[in-house]
Amino acid sequence: MGRVLSVLERLDRRWVFLAMALAVAGPILVMGITRKTLPETPTDASRAVFNAVQRLPRGSVVLLAFDFDPGSAGELEPMGVNLTRHCALRGHKMVFISLWPLGGQMIDETITKVLRADFPNLQDGVDFVNLGFQAGNEQVMRVVLSDFPRAFPTTKSGRATADLPILRDVRSVSDFALLASVSAGYPGSKEWVQYVVSASGGKLPMVSGCTGVQTPQLYPYFPGQICGLLGAIKGAAEYESLINEWVSDPANGAAMEVAQSADGAVVVIPPKYLEAQRRMGPQLGAHLLMVVLILLGNLVYLAQRRAQRRAAA
Amino acid sequence: MIRLVAIIIASTAGLLMLLSPFLPALTSAGAQSSEIFNVIAAIAFILGAGSLVKVNLSRVGRRDAGWGYALVTLVCFAVTLVVGLGKVGVPPNPQFAATPWAGEKDAAGSAFWWIYEFVLTPITSTMFALLAFYVASAAFRAFRAKNREAMLLLGTAFIVLLGRTFAGVWLTSGFPEWASGLRLENLSMFIMQVFNTAGNRAIIIGIALGVTATSLRILLGIDRSWMGVGGGGE
Amino acid sequence: MLFALVVLPATTQANAAHQPAGEAATAQPIFAEGKGPLAGGVLVASGCIIAWMLLARSGAAMRLRRIPALDAVTNAVGRSTEMGRPVLFIAGIQDMDNIQTVAGITILSHVAKTTAEYDARIEVPTSRSLVMEAAREAVRGSYQAAGRFDGYNADAIRYITDEQFGFVASVSGQMVRERPAACFYMGCFFAESLILAETGNSIGAIQIAGTAESSQLPFFVAACDYTLIGEEFMAASAYLSGAPDQIASLKGQDAGKVIVGALVCVGVLLATLAALNPSSTTLQNLVNHLRGMLGS
Repeated sequence: MGRVLSVLERLDRRWVFLAMALAVAGPILVMGITRKTLPETPTDASRAVFNAVQRLPRGSVVLLAFDFDPGSAGELEPMGVNLTRHCALRGHKMVFISLWPLGGQMIDETITKVLRADFPNLQDGVDFVNLGFQAGNEQVMRVVLSDFPRAFPTTKSGRATADLPILRDVRSVSDFALLASVSAGYPGSKEWVQYVVSASGGKLPMVSGCTGVQTPQLYPYFPGQICGLLGAIKGAAEYESLINEWVSDPANGAAMEVAQSADGAVVVIPPKYLEAQRRMGPQLGAHLLMVVLILLGNLVYLAQRRAQRRAAA
Repeated sequence: MIRLVAIIIASTAGLLMLLSPFLPALTSAGAQSSEIFNVIAAIAFILGAGSLVKVNLSRVGRRDAGWGYALVTLVCFAVTLVVGLGKVGVPPNPQFAATPWAGEKDAAGSAFWWIYEFVLTPITSTMFALLAFYVASAAFRAFRAKNREAMLLLGTAFIVLLGRTFAGVWLTSGFPEWASGLRLENLSMFIMQVFNTAGNRAIIIGIALGVTATSLRILLGIDRSWMGVGGGGE
Repeated sequence: MLFALVVLPATTQANAAHQPAGEAATAQPIFAEGKGPLAGGVLVASGCIIAWMLLARSGAAMRLRRIPALDAVTNAVGRSTEMGRPVLFIAGIQDMDNIQTVAGITILSHVAKTTAEYDARIEVPTSRSLVMEAAREAVRGSYQAAGRFDGYNADAIRYITDEQFGFVASVSGQMVRERPAACFYMGCFFAESLILAETGNSIGAIQIAGTAESSQLPFFVAACDYTLIGEEFMAASAYLSGAPDQIASLKGQDAGKVIVGALVCVGVLLATLAALNPSSTTLQNLVNHLRGMLGS
């Protein structure tokens, strides 16, 4: 035992890195081969996001703010994909914006992956539009509060927003039925709450998806200013499972994803809409490793303290 | 004299930004102050780029330790600049087919898009992924139960770590309905929504007051150490 | 308000030109609707701070508790001098419009003065061009004030990149190669905070961090030797200057906190009473009115 503890005391951190790599890679391989995901029990916060999109009347115009970049796409891209998919399934119109320089490309990827692939009947400019990145951080938020077209005079591809049917009735951000913010940091959901939602006097409901480290910062705003919150990849997985469960119920009439299998009418969920749930496997491995490491580290600490007391006595 | 002008500009712009949310007559002026900052930041980028090129060229010229990285920096900077400004490989814009260079610089298939998809995205994702390894090594090294508060912290950490995964659900799934609040996933949510929210609110309020005091000191010209007078208060 | 006098007439005309046809021009209210409580809060907070500053100027003594992280600055710089290794200072990854960056630059000027006095080398990689310029001004002024202008090297304060992870990759590489003996992380940080702190740990540097970004505080606390938490970071410049009216502003800040705490207690009491007495319309109306006033 003493030898083990002395090894742990002098442990090169690269062994810890290797253990983490195995803890993450193992579940990825297993879930990739078995094609199984872990069951999810949605929390109130995730369910609130689902309900917020569900209860909007069909054809509502939703503002989706993708304020993240490739670095945080691991946690946030599934949120963006599922929010887009949910809005499209419900027949809502989607206006995409970003306050991060690389956010415009994240929007392009989501539109290509979801809308162009699975909803080819939706028209750019009528059912959805990518307004791209706008520089200015909170200043953009202040402007959209009173004059949305002034903040985004053109789409990402250069078309004038004044000519677009989807933005015909939008003068300010309060004219949207819902603001869905997918946020990795600054500017993000916190700034949307402070500068837009609070200033709109409750007229603009907001849901947020954020990274794990940002979630504690946003909990004070839930359920007041933010009516639904997806915290980290767990929240994304819960939201994704809710959508998949809804889509899998034949009574819901979400016919786009119903596919005939050899057994009959079985809904087949494409792998891209299982991504968040798949990523919970590596999360499980990593968290369990963290617990083990903390316990081992404290064993070492206790042994050191005992040795120091013996030496002092 | 320069210091006085700098203080006047800082104080004027700061007071304008402070008053603009409350006085509608100043809203546009406040907005323009922010826009002026964006313009200045954009112009300053030229200085930053110049510094980047100068410093890295010096390193390459002097063959300092790690000069190869400086060379890589210079090559990547030049290539991305040329590819982006020149819109290399950008397909024509269907809405403006007759206008050259009307396509988006990051349109799918363009060189800039290629750099984004196959260089920037994997690299930034990799750097972000490093956090998982560093969190593990930090947890092993630093999370020690040195006192009561640390033990409380560790207990909370275990509950949240397990509660946010399937392990928490599996470990406490056998709890009866009347004790469902003690299930790890529910306990984890309770900690986030009650204790964490209370703590964060307190920190946010403290920070907000700290920001107010710092901003007032700067606006009133009391704290001038941001200009580098080596101690301020002069 | 020179700027407002020059800009306002032009923007007013521009706004008038954008008004839809047929819409009668309505007079703008002098004070924005619904902003009364917020303005009141700002006045109370600012008033406390200014009142204490005036009290300090009238000669009242102001006591401040020790902040170990700031007391360690001199030791950290001294360590760097002894070891012949540089001091690394990072003022966050946000631009000069972020108050944390401004606070970081003010701390930089104090640290730079110390490095000038100790004849240590300071390196300041920045993530924004404007921050680079501001940092150069701050460091140059500090070296001048210390009488060591010959030791000032503008190239030691350089711009890396705006991209968050590109910046931290460059700085991490620099840390591993040059092995600074003291690392200061003072400003607004996000995900890169742990990468910086762990890299600094691996090279054996003494690390002092300060940020008001609450999501990153746990990482700095875990990995750094000293951490300035939230308002301690904002107070750092005043603390290091030692000027009575700056220290008084911290006392005013504390007074503001006491007032907020008292208001929170009153609000919690009222909300609890209202929840326990649903039939009391007075209590319900009072709580709803307060909620409406505070925008929730």
